[in-house]
Parts: sequence; structure tokens; C-alpha cells
Amino acid sequence: MKISNIVSRRNRILLRELVITDFKLRYQGSILGYLWSLLKPLLLFGILYIVFGEILRFGKGIPYYPVYLLMGVVLWNFFTEATRQGMTAIVSRGSLLRKINFPKYIVVFSATISALINLGLNIIVIGIFIVISGAEIQMEALILFPLVIIELYILSLAVAFFLAAANVKYRDVSHIWDVFIQAGFYATPIIYPISMVIERSEWVAKLMILNPIAQVIQDSRYLLTTSASQTLFSVYGTFTVYLIPLTVVAMLSIIASFYFKKRSKYFTEDL
Amino acid sequence: MSETPAISVRKVSKSFRLPHENHSGLKQKILSVGKGGKGYETQEVLKDISFDIQKGEFFGIVGRNGSGKSTLLKLLAGIYVPDAGEIKISGRLTPFIELGVGFNPELTGRENVFLNGALLGFSRQEMLDMYDEIVEFAELERFMDQKLKNYSSGMQVRLAFSIAIRADTNILVLDEVLAVGDESFQRKCIDVFEKYKASDRTIVLVTHSMATVEQFCDRAILLDDGMVKDVGDPRKIANEYLLLNTNSVKQEEDADEQQFMKSHGVQYEIVNADTSKPTRSFSHAATLSINIKWDSSEIHNIGVALIKNSGEYIYGPNTIADGIDVSESRRVSYKLKLDVREGTYKLLLAFFGQTAQERLYMLEKNLNIEVKNENQNWSGLVKLKHEWSK
Repeated sequence: MKISNIVSRRNRILLRELVITDFKLRYQGSILGYLWSLLKPLLLFGILYIVFGEILRFGKGIPYYPVYLLMGVVLWNFFTEATRQGMTAIVSRGSLLRKINFPKYIVVFSATISALINLGLNIIVIGIFIVISGAEIQMEALILFPLVIIELYILSLAVAFFLAAANVKYRDVSHIWDVFIQAGFYATPIIYPISMVIERSEWVAKLMILNPIAQVIQDSRYLLTTSASQTLFSVYGTFTVYLIPLTVVAMLSIIASFYFKKRSKYFTEDL
Repeated sequence: MSETPAISVRKVSKSFRLPHENHSGLKQKILSVGKGGKGYETQEVLKDISFDIQKGEFFGIVGRNGSGKSTLLKLLAGIYVPDAGEIKISGRLTPFIELGVGFNPELTGRENVFLNGALLGFSRQEMLDMYDEIVEFAELERFMDQKLKNYSSGMQVRLAFSIAIRADTNILVLDEVLAVGDESFQRKCIDVFEKYKASDRTIVLVTHSMATVEQFCDRAILLDDGMVKDVGDPRKIANEYLLLNTNSVKQEEDADEQQFMKSHGVQYEIVNADTSKPTRSFSHAATLSINIKWDSSEIHNIGVALIKNSGEYIYGPNTIADGIDVSESRRVSYKLKLDVREGTYKLLLAFFGQTAQERLYMLEKNLNIEVKNENQNWSGLVKLKHEWSK
């Protein structure tokens, strides 16, 4: 997986076409088409808001809870979409890979890029929500929010590469991952604020927020929704602790790229 | 030959693990840990293969089914990695293991052109420049905005082929499956092969058709059971291949034939009457000549029969019936114009005593021939002498 290869002309052309194809095929035959990539998270948000915001009152005491909730849903949704699509990318393009030789990572890459485009569209919707509700924005967001999104993308990419390679050899992986995603949704402070956990058990909250996705979601909420959001910094009182989720992301990236590179030679035989 | 070869294959081996049952699950993995069994068999597909393909060569790869041709092709294309040995490619290689790689039935013809083009290494701009020519060549102007799933299979192949022939890399690896299609399409394929041959590109072709090998290839390799049986002159390779096919059918009876041929001093050769060269592959309407000689006073009559591989007995005269006495000359030459349908045929060589009832022996091993007919314009098995008048 040489970096220079990613930008080589031929691979760029290929990546572009694969992303375009993915996008065209995704909502093939549906009337609303691309609109679905906006509607789906919004509808999910609507359900979650009614159940957890209005009925269970999880958002009590959280300013701008709708934006807060939407932010969590959109970022988690991106992680889910990127990893799921990345995971099945190699297997679903199996017939292609058996006919022509091109770098395998391009397929995984293109699958995560379609998810990234969707994330971009969804962030625009969040922007509209922020403007309408008058949520609180930090000036640092201009620099820090993109950095946080990059961190999330690298994490998703690493997980996608690992799962894609593992899924070729053991198809159980996709089922295990579905369960994992479901569990992760509840283990990450998305629908409930982390402050609710702190009230019950501080050390559990401290552990939960070390999860890189939780860190990304809380930071984004702090930057773009309300400064009342708990962040890794506010829970631990030091910035050094950021090294933990960042190291996790870095380690995962290294492990995933080595594993993918090792396995990718045999994809065409194992498929 | 001091130039670096376009493709250099050195001591390449490849084997596959064939799982006993579906192993692509953790369950099997966990279950097999306790048993200590491997749960798979190793099949050696290629064993220590070495050869070079020079720049500008038209190189054929032939072999029976399961001899390792396709695996070798995929190794050259970089789709598989060798277990041992090394493959060096100098220049850029485009494989055509299948036409229309990446074609998606849900996309329109136009969208598929760009996708397929990208897989062959063309940018959008390059594809735009060639787009009109591609569509025109495929004769699909009116259909480009329809989804591919609404195309007939012939239309899909035409579209794929029109893109494929644009590939401008200096090494092309082609699988014979490309030549599947109706006659006019095969004609187009042959035209393209001819164009490739005239250019200085390196072409590697995997095929079962010995006529194609003899017509186009500068050199060929014969694979047998994963090993290189021979590399070199395509005519020699074609003969060996046909021999290999015959031998594999019934080898056990060979000893018997050998015995008869030895005791009666029988020798024969099959040549193309036009070139006088020994061959087993004939183009349509070529004249086959079989020269037989023997050294025995028992043999008075010779019969030669032509049988289609599917079983139809085409024609079988003998010398006595035709009023030729060969008992003194002890040699005879039989010429037959092969005005027959394309396919594989078998000759039978019968040796008789005084009468046609007294058959001494019939040779039927190693007597396969192939007839190639690219543009047969009549139907049936045999072209009979005919005349029209008005």
C-alpha cells in the first residue's frame, strides 16, 4: 500500500469511476434517489428524538438537544456505513478482482469515500439545524472540527480495511460486525449524554469516553453545539489523555494495513 | 535475443488449497483445531515452469483442460501470485480474461463504457475522445442510454469488444473465450488478431484451436499436467497437442497397434498435400494426404475412413473397391479434400487381406485431425459437389 500508488494516475481514474458507480447504483430505481442519503439519518434522528428526547427525556438539561442528537447520529452513521461498505467491498467485487489485476485497496477506499460524501451532505444538514436553533459554535471549530472528522475517517478506514480482509477468509465477520455495531451504538454516548453516565459511575464514563468514536462525537458537540458537552478534556482535566484514543487509531491503522497487505495477495484465491 | 524479454517466467510453481467442505467460516476453523486435520487438500497446478516471451512475439499457450493454462494466464495477469519462482514483466500488460470486466447491468451502456475504460486504464477524457468511435464500431448508437440489462448478449459482447480493442498497452494477454460469438464476431476477432500481429506488440493467447496457433503464433508452449511439455515452433506444438489428446483417450491399446505395425512393417504419415508438411491441423478445403507403406505380403487392400468426433461416419473407400492394386507396390498415398464442417475428426486406417471381409487390423490411435473453417457458407456435415443452373 504505497502512498505514491494511491495518487498514481491510473489508480486515481479507477477510484473516481468506482465511487461514481457506487453512488449511481446505491439508489438505483428509487424515486427519491440521492435524497435518501439525507432522509435516512434524518428519519432515524426523528425516531430517536421522539423516543429518547420527548418520551424518555434523555435530553433534559442539554441545550440544543436535537442538534446534539443529530450530530451523534450522523457521525455514528458514517462510521457504520463506511465500515459496513468497506467490509463487503472485496467480497462483492470478487468477480471483478478475479478478472483484472489492480490494487485491492482501491475497492475498499472507494466504498468508504461514498460514505464520506454522504457525511459531507449530512454535515450541511447539521449546519442548517445549527443556524435554525442558534446553537453555540466555538471559533476553534474551524480548524478542530475538520481534524476530528479526519480522525474519524482514518479510524473508519482502518476498521474497514481490517474487516474487508478478514471477511474474505471468514464470512462470519460480517455477522459479528452487525452485532458489534448494534452494541457499539448503545455503548457510545449518542442518544444519552455522557453526563448521565457520570452521575451513576464516574469510572465507567471515563472508560467510555476513551473510545475514539465517543471522543470524536463529544468533541464535535462541544465545538458545534454546546460548550456544556463533556469532552475528554473536561472529564480528565488534561489534554495528554487525548494520546490514548489517538494511539488506538494509529495502532489500528498500522495493524489493519499490515493485515490487509498480507492477505490481499490471496484474495483472488480465497474469494 | 539480447533484448530483455517482454515476459520472463522463472521456475514458477503454484498450488491451491482445496477445502474439503466450505471452510470460509469460523466454525470449520474452530472445529478443525481439535481434529488436527488440515481440512484441505493441496493441488499443485503448475510445477516449476520456465519460459520467456520476447518483445513483439505472438505467443500461444496450449494444453488440455486442467493442464494449468488458465492459472498461468492469471499469474501473468498478476491476479494470482506464484508460490515459488518469479515472473518479470517489462512494460504494461492488459489481460483479457473476460470481455466487459466490471460491466454492470444496472448502468447504461454509456456509463459502462467509462467504467470498463477506467479498468483498462483510460481516463474520462481519453474515453470521451474515443467514445464515438467505440459506439460506432459496436453499432449501438441508438442504445447507449439504455441500461445494459436490456441489451442482448450479442450487443454486450460487441460493446465490450469495441472497448477492449482500444487497449494500447504493449503486452496483451488474451483468453480464447474472447472468440466466443457468432461467425461475424469471430471474423472481427481474427481481423484484430491480424492487426495485432502486424503491430509490434507482444500478444499472449491461450487457446484450444490449433489452427489459430498455426496461423498466428510465432511460438507456443504446450502445458501438460502443470509442466512444460514443449516450447517452440507452433506447428510442432500443435501436433504434439493433438497427439496428447489422442494418447489420453485409450493408451492401453497402443501396445497392440505397435505390435501390428512392427510385425507388418507398417509406417504412415499425415501431411498437408499443399505444403507437404506433416500436420494434424487443416484449414477448410485443404487436401490431406496420408502416405502409407508396409512390408508384408498379407496386405492386399487398404481402407481409410473419416469419422467425425461426434460419431458420424463421413466416408471410407478402399483400394480394391476403387480398382487399385497395391499388393505389389506395398505403398499407397491417399489424398482427401477436406470439404467438411469445422471440427475434430478421426481417421481409421484399415488393412485387409484378399477381400474386404478379411480385415487384418484397423489403426485408430493417434489419428486425430482438426479442420478449421472460418467462414463456412453452407450448412451440413459435408460439402457435396453441386451445380446450379437456370
